[in-house]
Amino acid sequence: MSRKEIAMTHLQDQRPEYTPPNESGPDALAGRDDSEALCEQVARAQAERATLRIVGGNTKAFYGRRVETAQALSTTGHHGIVHYDPVELVATVRAGTRLRDLERALADNGQRLAFEPPHFGEDATVGGMVAAGLSGPRRPWVGAVRDFVLGVRVITSDGKQLRFGGEVMKNVAGYDLSRLMVGAQGTLGVLTEVSFKVLPIPHAHACLRLELPLAEAFERLTAWGREPMPITGAAHDGEALHLRLEGGEGSVSATRQRLGGEPEDSRFWAQLRELQLPFFDGAFDDDAHVLWRLSLPALARTPALEGDWLVDWAGAQRWLKSSEGRGFEDEPRADAHIHEAAIAAGGHATRFTSSANGDSPFTPLPPVLAKYHRQLKQRLDPQAIFNPGRLYAEW
Amino acid sequence: MELLYDERIDGEIADVDKSGLMAAILAVAPRLTLLDREEDLRPFECDGLSAYRVLPMLVAMPTTLAEVEALMRVCYEHAVPVVTRGAGTGLSGGALPLEKGVLLVMSRFNQILSVDADARLARVQPGVRNLAISEAAAPHGLYYAPDPSSQIACSIGGNVAENAGGVHCLKYGLTVHNVLSVEIITIEGERMTLGGESLDTPGYDLLALFMGSEGMLGVITEVTVRLLPKPEVAKVLMACFDDVERAGKAVGDIIAAGCIPGGLEMMDNLAIRAAEDFVHAGYPVDAQAILLCELDGVESDVQADCERVRQLLETAGATQIQLARDDAERQLFWAGRKAAFPAVGRMSPDYYCIDGTIPRRELPRVLKGINDLSAQYGLRVANVFHAGDGNLHPLILFDANQPGELESTEALGGKILELCVDAGGSITGEHGVGREKLNQMCTQFAADEITLFHAVKSAFDERRLLNPGKNIPTLARCAEFGAMHVHHGELPHPELPRF
Repeated sequence: MSRKEIAMTHLQDQRPEYTPPNESGPDALAGRDDSEALCEQVARAQAERATLRIVGGNTKAFYGRRVETAQALSTTGHHGIVHYDPVELVATVRAGTRLRDLERALADNGQRLAFEPPHFGEDATVGGMVAAGLSGPRRPWVGAVRDFVLGVRVITSDGKQLRFGGEVMKNVAGYDLSRLMVGAQGTLGVLTEVSFKVLPIPHAHACLRLELPLAEAFERLTAWGREPMPITGAAHDGEALHLRLEGGEGSVSATRQRLGGEPEDSRFWAQLRELQLPFFDGAFDDDAHVLWRLSLPALARTPALEGDWLVDWAGAQRWLKSSEGRGFEDEPRADAHIHEAAIAAGGHATRFTSSANGDSPFTPLPPVLAKYHRQLKQRLDPQAIFNPGRLYAEW
Repeated sequence: MELLYDERIDGEIADVDKSGLMAAILAVAPRLTLLDREEDLRPFECDGLSAYRVLPMLVAMPTTLAEVEALMRVCYEHAVPVVTRGAGTGLSGGALPLEKGVLLVMSRFNQILSVDADARLARVQPGVRNLAISEAAAPHGLYYAPDPSSQIACSIGGNVAENAGGVHCLKYGLTVHNVLSVEIITIEGERMTLGGESLDTPGYDLLALFMGSEGMLGVITEVTVRLLPKPEVAKVLMACFDDVERAGKAVGDIIAAGCIPGGLEMMDNLAIRAAEDFVHAGYPVDAQAILLCELDGVESDVQADCERVRQLLETAGATQIQLARDDAERQLFWAGRKAAFPAVGRMSPDYYCIDGTIPRRELPRVLKGINDLSAQYGLRVANVFHAGDGNLHPLILFDANQPGELESTEALGGKILELCVDAGGSITGEHGVGREKLNQMCTQFAADEITLFHAVKSAFDERRLLNPGKNIPTLARCAEFGAMHVHHGELPHPELPRF
């Protein structure tokens, strides 16, 4: 079963009414402004005291808790690139735009989203990508989704579309609500438009594979990290260290010579980003494993947990194919054990394989932090219209 | 902008008996330094925006987190506002005291707690100076990237509160891109950590929300910053233009060609002449604009980029292009730019610095607009521009001793900011709203947006005790100053009284 199908089974009883996005090409650029209808749907939900489950391309439904018995709000009819000026390094895009359409438009101008977001499916939308807040293998060197969000339009709980941030690189007027929306999974409002900082694709790149054990890889990465080296990817699969270099011709070729190793196909990084490497086989579709993402300090000792590990982000993101607790009644206890181990290692863990019991896949928040999360959600969405329970059951 | 807190439109503040409050604070924090005599309060009456001065009711200078917690709890119970101050170098009056408030001075939290060269991070107390972090990291070949021009004096807590920038932001980002975590004490006296040593944390990105929140959501008590390896080399090209617009276009050409310079600065003729007269940086005083383009990184890449940029500048019509021969000349080129503010200060008894941002393509139109306004108000304006990231710093030259000139300077400044907003930009790129730009917030944001800001505030500080009267205007203020967005001819919130 593919991840998409997993996502489907994890989804609701009533599927949302799904509007297929426009085909790519000039139409994708022109797009369609559906914001008025979206505002109306939110206002109606508020009047009827209903709840809304926000859906884009439906590719990341597995990431988070199920939103129970809510009416779907689809953003896919609201699409198109509103404004893109390569000279300004800024692109403003409607939330329902397919991520690949945006990436194609940027690539046509030699630019890209530097944080290389995972798609997890053809239909992934820009809004879903921002709401999920997931970044790819380049994250430790260039930054995360939130680092590239300059502004958003968002529909608030009373059905009004508001604008925060903008299309400028520097803007400290008011609170930074645009970055707050990144990774909030639609629980604070409906994202309708996002402005990104985009970057030029570097002149040169190279991908390398160095066969060496994990401990030695860590040692080398630590030493290299203290030098200005053009590394933009570092992953260890248990056998070899995979490296990606990106920068000017001079620095990439010099670094490549210095580091040695064998050249590798650049598809490795796309497959890692999309969780399609052989390591991930079976992580979603057999009964024996649960896939976990551990976000740890890069130098943290590997937690003593049963399973197979794949290290990305030079150690700051580690994938665990765990055999603990899957399919057993003690699943919640196994989950708690992994969360605790991640906290003890200085980070947190997220369960990527959906859980049967409806527990949050995210590590529980400390009490004071949880209190301010609840209060923030309560103030921005007093009737709890938007994706209730998506992150944590209580709100 | 009238500087005094106006309870009529900024919101009521409770009257509190000062000696009773002091006794209550000292009862729970007996060793806390509290200042209340006028001569002791005087040094704290203003921050870097010295035109605005107010004596606080009390100054508190804690040395322990327990003292900060205790102070917050007492202030919360007695409904006394708390204004937090770092080094006091802010340019927007964000640390302007309140007559009925406590000024919480964090400068005694001045320790670098650790520098971890392997993990490339530093844990520091909020009162540590920006430059001191880079100095502590230097023996490891590392540095802290954001470099506001006040970096020798400004503290990291203030940098977080303002989301400070600097001349290298286009490539290396703002404070928000370079801080991993902050420790907070809330107005209710609770401690919490936002962010962490992992690259992300579960839940909302409150770390990003607190960046630039101007002391309105909590008190910063510790900051963990990311350190970067120092670039191998840095080279600077200076290009002269006989036309400002052409210089502006050259900036776009460089970026469109896939080059991200470490720094890309522009100065207009008045700023060039002021700087040259002051620093003798070798700037041509007849140029209408100069661009300073710093390219940094690995030697071979920088060579290639320099060649590429030189060609682009030639094609863009530069009348003269000069590559700094050595590090001394590079420093000299930058010295002129970094001294631009004081240099302009020598040309005039006073100057007033504006901090608008615009999309770069709007530069010619905005500069023309500033010229027209300058003529209209009869005040000279020198323009210094972080050209790479669209952050404009027009400096208005005036004489505060001339009756009415400060007022007309403020009015001109307000008009320039409105011009920036109109061009799709922002009223502040890096200096913050503070007290200074409260009214202009009503231009940039609609009433519903300001209402949402207040909702965010209330989630962390229901009683409005942290730095009230800064950053986010009340709707009553926007209504009174009439700058608010009018949608379809209807004023928002017609139920509000208009004075």
